[in-house]
Amino acid sequence: MKFAVKAWSNGGARAGILHLGTSTIDTPSLLLSTRKGLPHFVSPDLLSCLPSPESRLLHVSPLHFLEGLSMKTISKIGGLHQLLGLHDHFFVAVPRDSIQCLPEANSTNKIGASFETPCGRLLIKPVEYMEMISSTRPELWATLADEVPAWVSDKRNKTSVDRTIKWLDECISLSPASGAVFGAIVGGSSLEERRRCAQEVATRNVSGYWVGGLGLGESMDERPALLNAVIEALPEEKPRLICGLGLPEEILQGIAAGVDLFESTYIYHLTLGGFALTFPLDRTQINALNLAPSDVGSDPRKINLRATVFRKDTTPIVEGCTCYTCQNHTRAYINHLLNVHEMLAQILLEIHNTHHFLGFFRLIREAINAGRFEEFRKEFVQRWR
Amino acid sequence: MALRFEVLGRFNRARAAQLTLPHFVCQTPLFMPVGTQGTIKGLTTDQLEEIGCQIILGNTYHLALRPTSELIDELGGLHKFMNWPRALLTDSGGFQMVSLLHLADITEKGVTFQSPVDGKPMLLTPEESIQIQNRIGADIIMALDDVVKTTITGPRIEEAMYRTLRWIDRCIAAHKRPYDQNLFGIVQGGLDPVLRDICVRGLVDRNLPGYAIGGLAGGEDKDSFWRVVAQCTATLPEDKPRYVMGVGYPLDIVVCSALGADMYDCVYPTRTARFGTALVPEGVLKLKHKAMAEDTRPIDPTCACMVCKNYTRAYIHSLVTKDAMGSQLLSFHNLYYMMQLSRNLHSSIVQGKFPEFVCNFLQKMFPKGDIPEWVCNAMEVAEIDISSCCAPFRYIQATKVQSNLNEDEIQAV
Ligand SMILES: [Zn+2]
Ligand SMILES: [Zn+2]
Repeated sequence: MKFAVKAWSNGGARAGILHLGTSTIDTPSLLLSTRKGLPHFVSPDLLSCLPSPESRLLHVSPLHFLEGLSMKTISKIGGLHQLLGLHDHFFVAVPRDSIQCLPEANSTNKIGASFETPCGRLLIKPVEYMEMISSTRPELWATLADEVPAWVSDKRNKTSVDRTIKWLDECISLSPASGAVFGAIVGGSSLEERRRCAQEVATRNVSGYWVGGLGLGESMDERPALLNAVIEALPEEKPRLICGLGLPEEILQGIAAGVDLFESTYIYHLTLGGFALTFPLDRTQINALNLAPSDVGSDPRKINLRATVFRKDTTPIVEGCTCYTCQNHTRAYINHLLNVHEMLAQILLEIHNTHHFLGFFRLIREAINAGRFEEFRKEFVQRWR
Repeated sequence: MALRFEVLGRFNRARAAQLTLPHFVCQTPLFMPVGTQGTIKGLTTDQLEEIGCQIILGNTYHLALRPTSELIDELGGLHKFMNWPRALLTDSGGFQMVSLLHLADITEKGVTFQSPVDGKPMLLTPEESIQIQNRIGADIIMALDDVVKTTITGPRIEEAMYRTLRWIDRCIAAHKRPYDQNLFGIVQGGLDPVLRDICVRGLVDRNLPGYAIGGLAGGEDKDSFWRVVAQCTATLPEDKPRYVMGVGYPLDIVVCSALGADMYDCVYPTRTARFGTALVPEGVLKLKHKAMAEDTRPIDPTCACMVCKNYTRAYIHSLVTKDAMGSQLLSFHNLYYMMQLSRNLHSSIVQGKFPEFVCNFLQKMFPKGDIPEWVCNAMEVAEIDISSCCAPFRYIQATKVQSNLNEDEIQAV
C-alpha cells in the first residue's frame, strides 16, 4: 500500500491517492459494508455494475466468519480473495462492524476484547485476532482495540487507551508479511486520552491509522474537537480510516477533520428501511429537482419507496442515474417488491444507494480539489437538511 | 393462436422443439422458474437471462392481490412492470386459492373463497380468471380448472373433469387477446385413464394453442404419475406444446421428457435453496450439514455457473439459512442447474443422443444402479434402453442361477 495527499481544502479536508497493487483509489473514499465479505444483498456478479475503482474497497469483520467457517479452512482456501472470488477488490479488516458484531466494553478485560456477535458474546485475544488476519489476508487491517462508549468513567477510558496500545504492540509483533497495519486509536470522549492515544500510536511503525471508539454515544457536537485532537497528533502522510460515522453530515465532519477512508452502515440501514437516496449529485439535477412531498416519510435527501405515492410512479428512483436499478426498474416496481417482502427490493436498493453514495464521495473529492470543501459542506447540510 | 411449435428432433416419444412465443423463442424441453409476485426470489432479471431462463411463471392469485391486475395493466403489463423481456406464463389462480385458502369452495359458477384482505366471500369465475390474466399480459395463460387432489377417489374426480371441460368453453369465450396470449387447457381426470381420455379428447376438440397435464405432483405414487403423463402425451396433438404442471424434480423432468412432455414448472429449486439445499447431478447436497464447513470444493465441480466458479461449499455453508446472500447464491446455482438440464435434454434429443444422456443422468444419480422401479417402467414405455446404467435385479438373479457365478463375477456382468 502507498498513499499520497494531493490536495488540501480549508484546513483539514484533504484529497489523496491510495495505491493498492496496480490500482489507485482516490480518497476520501467509502468502504462498502459487507457481511462475510460480500455486500449485504449485492451478489458478486452484480458488483461489477458499481462504479469502479471507487467501489473496490470492502470493509470486512473477521468475526463474521466465526459463524460457520474455521480460520484454518479460510487459510486453506487461500484467504478472502479466493474465498469470495473477488480478485479486483481490496479488503480492509477491522475487528468489528457497526451492525452485528459490536464491542462490549463491560466484558472486555486485560486478556482480550469482547464483542456481541451472532454467535453470542466472544472474547478475542490479540493472538487470536492476528490468526484471523493471517488466515484472511486483507490488504489493510486495523489492530485490536478496547473500544468504550462515551459515557464510561475516566478510569475505564484510560484503561482502554492503555490496553489498545498494548494490543497494538502485540498485533504488530505478530503481524504477517503482507497487509498494511492501521494502528487503532481510542480515547472515548476525552480530548486528553484521544490525544495521548494518537501520540503513542504515531510513534509506532504502522502504515495508517484507524480511529475507533466513535459512534458510541458521543454527540455530533463534541466530535469535531475529538477528531481534531487525534488528527493533530498524526503524521500527514499516512491514511486515516474511521468507523462508526455514517450519515452524510457525519462523513463531512470526518472529512473536514482530515479523515480519508470511511466505513459506513448508512446504506445498509437505508436499504432495510426501504429508503433510496435522491439528493442531487450535480448542478443540473439540483435545478431540475422536484421535491418529494414531505408527508410520505421522505425528505429532500431520500425517499421511502414503501409510500403509496410511488404505487404508480413509473420513473426511476433518480432520473438520469446510471445505476443498474435506475436503468432497469421503476419506483412502482420497487414499491411493489417492498409491499410483498421480496428480496429483490433490497438488492435493487443497495445497488442504487451504493452507487449514489459513491457519487456523494466523488462530489466531495471534486470540492476538495477545487478548494471549496467548506462551501460544499455548508451548502449540502443546509439545503438537504 | 399466438405461438409456433416446431419439432426440431425426436427420439421415440421424446421431442426437442422451438416454441416461438410473442416475447421469446424458446427451446424445449424447458423448465419455468416460479416468480410468484413478479420476481424470482433474490435474482435480478439480468441474472435470469444470463442463466438462460426462457419463461417465468407468475401467480395470478398473488398478483391480483398485490399490486392488482388493474395496476399492472395500467403500467403496461407484467413484462414491462418487472422489466422481463422474455416470455411469461400465468396460472389461473384457482389452484393457489384451493391450496392456500382453507375456505375455498368450488361450484359450477367458479371458485368461491374468503378474501384474504377483508374476509368477505369472493368468487373467481373462469371469465374473471381470464380477464385478470388478459390484464397481466403473459405469453401463455391458463384456463381455470376444477382442481382435485389426485389422492381423492370417487365421483368428485369425474365431476371435476367434466366441469373443467365446461369451463374451458367459458374461458375461450372470455379470452380477449387470443392474438397475443395463448390459452392452454388443462387435462384433469385424476388417475382414471378413462376420465383422462375423455378430458384430453374434449380439449383437443377445442384446438387450443397448447395443453397442460394438471392434477399431478400432489402426492400420488410415482407409477400412477408417469402413467397419466404417458397416457396424455400419447393422445395430445404432436404439433402443440405439452406442459406438466407443478413438476420440478430433475428426475421427473427427465422421465416426462422421455414420454413426450415439453414444459415444467416448480418452486422446488428456489424453495429448496432457501433451506440450504443445492441440486447436483448426484441428487442433492445439503449445505447446512456440518461436514460442509471444511469442504473446499465447489457445490458441483462440473457446474459452470458463477457460484460454482467462485465459491466453496465451506463458504456457502457459512451463509445458508443465516444471510440473505446464502439463498441468493444457492437459488442462482439451482436455477442454473435446471436450465442446464433443459438445454441438455434439448440438445441430446436434437443430436440423436437422448438415450446416452438419460443413461448418463441416471448413472450419476444412482451410481449403484438401483434405479427406481417406476423409472425403469417408464423408460420401457418410452423405449429408452437404460440397461447399461441399471443393475436390473431380476436379470442378475437370473444370471446367477443359470451360470452359478460368484458375487464378484456378477458385479462384473
Ligand atoms: Zn440509481
Ligand atoms: Zn453451479
